[in-house]
Amino acid sequence: METILAAFIAELRAIGVPVSLSENVDAAAALQAIPLTDRAQVKSALAATLVKNHDHYGAFDLAFEIFFGGRPPALAAEGTPNGSGEANGAGGKPGHGTGSVLSRLTEEELNDLLYQAVAGRDGVLVTAVASEAVDRWAGIEPGRVVAGTFYLYRTLTRLDLEALRSRLRQSADGEDLSGLARRLAEEDQDARVDAARAEVEAEIRRRLIADRDAQAVALTLRRPLPEDVEFLNASRAQLGDLRQTIRPLARKMAARLAHKRRHRRRAALDFRRTVRKSLATGGVPVDLAFRKPRPAKPEIMLVADISGSVSAFAGFTIQLAYAIKSEFSRVRSFVFVDGIEEITSVLEAAADITTVTHRLNLGTSAVRLDGHSDYGLALETFWDRWGGQVRSRTSVIILGDARNNYHASRAWVLTAIRQRARHLYWLNPEPVAAWDTGDSIMREYAPGCDLVAECRNLRQLRSFVEGLD
Amino acid sequence: MGVSRGTEGGELGCFASPAVVGDALGEAAYLADERISSVVFLGQRLGKPVLVEGPAGTGKTELAKAVARMAGMRLIRLQCYEGLDEAKALYEWNYKKQLLRIQAERTGGAGELADWAELEADIFAEEFLLSRPLLTAIRAADPVVLLIDEVDRLDVETEALLLEVLSDYQVSIPELGTVTATQTPLVFLTSNNSRELSEALKRRCLYLYIDYPTPDREQQIVLAHVPELSPVLAGQVTGVVRSLRQLELKKKPSVSETIDWAQTLHLIGATQVSNQLVLDTLHVLLKHQSDIDKAATELAAAR
Repeated sequence: METILAAFIAELRAIGVPVSLSENVDAAAALQAIPLTDRAQVKSALAATLVKNHDHYGAFDLAFEIFFGGRPPALAAEGTPNGSGEANGAGGKPGHGTGSVLSRLTEEELNDLLYQAVAGRDGVLVTAVASEAVDRWAGIEPGRVVAGTFYLYRTLTRLDLEALRSRLRQSADGEDLSGLARRLAEEDQDARVDAARAEVEAEIRRRLIADRDAQAVALTLRRPLPEDVEFLNASRAQLGDLRQTIRPLARKMAARLAHKRRHRRRAALDFRRTVRKSLATGGVPVDLAFRKPRPAKPEIMLVADISGSVSAFAGFTIQLAYAIKSEFSRVRSFVFVDGIEEITSVLEAAADITTVTHRLNLGTSAVRLDGHSDYGLALETFWDRWGGQVRSRTSVIILGDARNNYHASRAWVLTAIRQRARHLYWLNPEPVAAWDTGDSIMREYAPGCDLVAECRNLRQLRSFVEGLD
Repeated sequence: MGVSRGTEGGELGCFASPAVVGDALGEAAYLADERISSVVFLGQRLGKPVLVEGPAGTGKTELAKAVARMAGMRLIRLQCYEGLDEAKALYEWNYKKQLLRIQAERTGGAGELADWAELEADIFAEEFLLSRPLLTAIRAADPVVLLIDEVDRLDVETEALLLEVLSDYQVSIPELGTVTATQTPLVFLTSNNSRELSEALKRRCLYLYIDYPTPDREQQIVLAHVPELSPVLAGQVTGVVRSLRQLELKKKPSVSETIDWAQTLHLIGATQVSNQLVLDTLHVLLKHQSDIDKAATELAAAR
């Protein structure tokens, strides 16, 4: 147990979950207090002692599945190496009996059985069918270093979950349901189909782990924490997760910034009032008087490239900036591709920033010509139209990858903006190594900025915003 | 360090195993899932505080209360807010009483300044100590549950106050020395996650995230609170709530709001949840006008 716990903690640390030594000790102590045969209890004990952030649960769950869910308990007890041939019979722990019965069914009958299992909410049977389906169709090749998505695909082309969904729908159609009841029923069905799919995934994972060992599988399956997901190549599901994390994150950041501002009130000495006060003590300045601290709330101008490749990044940054706008005196947003447009009022009128950022790409005058970003033109237009409104309290933040499609850079604009503005920052969602490759001209823009920061994930975005003043 | 509780095993029989904890919590009118009961069990067994996080209205505070009820322990509650300080959380010297004591000494006459040392020892005695929730919990002779509510509202600096109490169950008072707990209190901290708690605090605690319950469990919770409701209706209630929670709302309906809604439906004598009924009573579940509008259009589209 100690060795597997150590390996498990090493994996958590590799993903980026901070696990301290004392938490490690706690986990070991917790495991002594509970029966190790109960998987659910082991899981909650480890979760309670090792993971102190809700966002990390997803990564924890997967790692736990890999390290502690690998083999069915019966096999683990025997300690037999689980070859692919042996897995047949032992697929579902409810018994070898169902396994052998299932293997005689035709493809159609198996699908049928799955339908009955899902409709009848029989979790054990779903597991058994999933296991049989993986046996038959996944065609797992021992020793291949893969994450198993192809096996999943192969299994699901035969075990037809979409057909299952529509059959569930049809059976519900039989009953006469009102609109609301139908909606609820459909959501319930979707949840059950998703559960069946998860069961197949878990089954494949079990086979992979039986084939290679947990550490090796963990390496191929490892998924980044939400804050480490890169904006540029996040999948749709990951973007959804990010959207979920951004609101609580923004709340925390606002609290932090407010706290910082409150505690950094060092104002200048008020010389006149100090001298005036010192008259009471015979000209000796015993009590110093200070000027009232001015609430130094900066004004923010966000200038965001929203062309296809970087639009997700721009969306998140704008969303974050608006969520913490109470910490700034004003947030103004401009979006550009090859034209530029101010969208502050659009964002302020909208009830929900997320819906707006979805629509950003559609129908704004940010696209003037062909929809390829032209930083030079956009920046120059920005300077012409709004440059006069950039003041000494304004921080201008440019969001983009500086991929200019070989247009003119017009980098002098940045120097001009910087002279008027308090700060000029450039956030680039690409890794530093990719800057200045291809049509990226970061090197030409960089000298004009106070700070050019790589901003590939929420963690980096967050540390940038927290350093703002 | 934790397992020094053998002596009181008898009266804490309800902490025998996670399953027993779950059942006992159920009797105390709190339906715990497996994770909750096993973390409560571990908290007691390891002698560690439990940090409970989760969305508002999922029963974080209620958990601590239920544990106190179930074990028949006294509940000591420290409600946190911005600006809470040592004097409100730990202890304070009863300044007025000390002053009186000094005056009484002076009017008593005799050897005034001679026994100053004695007097000083005297006015910093237990008698003049006003104990606040944290110290009360430490000094309690009977087993207690200490609830530190909404710990995220505390200033970052004040948070450090808790560390000594949470890790060693002791309070250092410069004039008196260190007060150590005779029995380890069960400590629950709740947080709405409005700011990041310090690593030091998190490290000392077990972590429990209470999310919205699964529809099945929520149905049980609803039925436990509104027993008159028919199970079918309760199922529909939780179905609608689950559906609403999937929308992107400013404030998703909490468990307590679900219960309120079930109560409302019971009072107006509904037997079936219909589209119109949901629209009419949506304001019980959702508290923002924009959320209500959004949910109304979504539900209307379901027809």
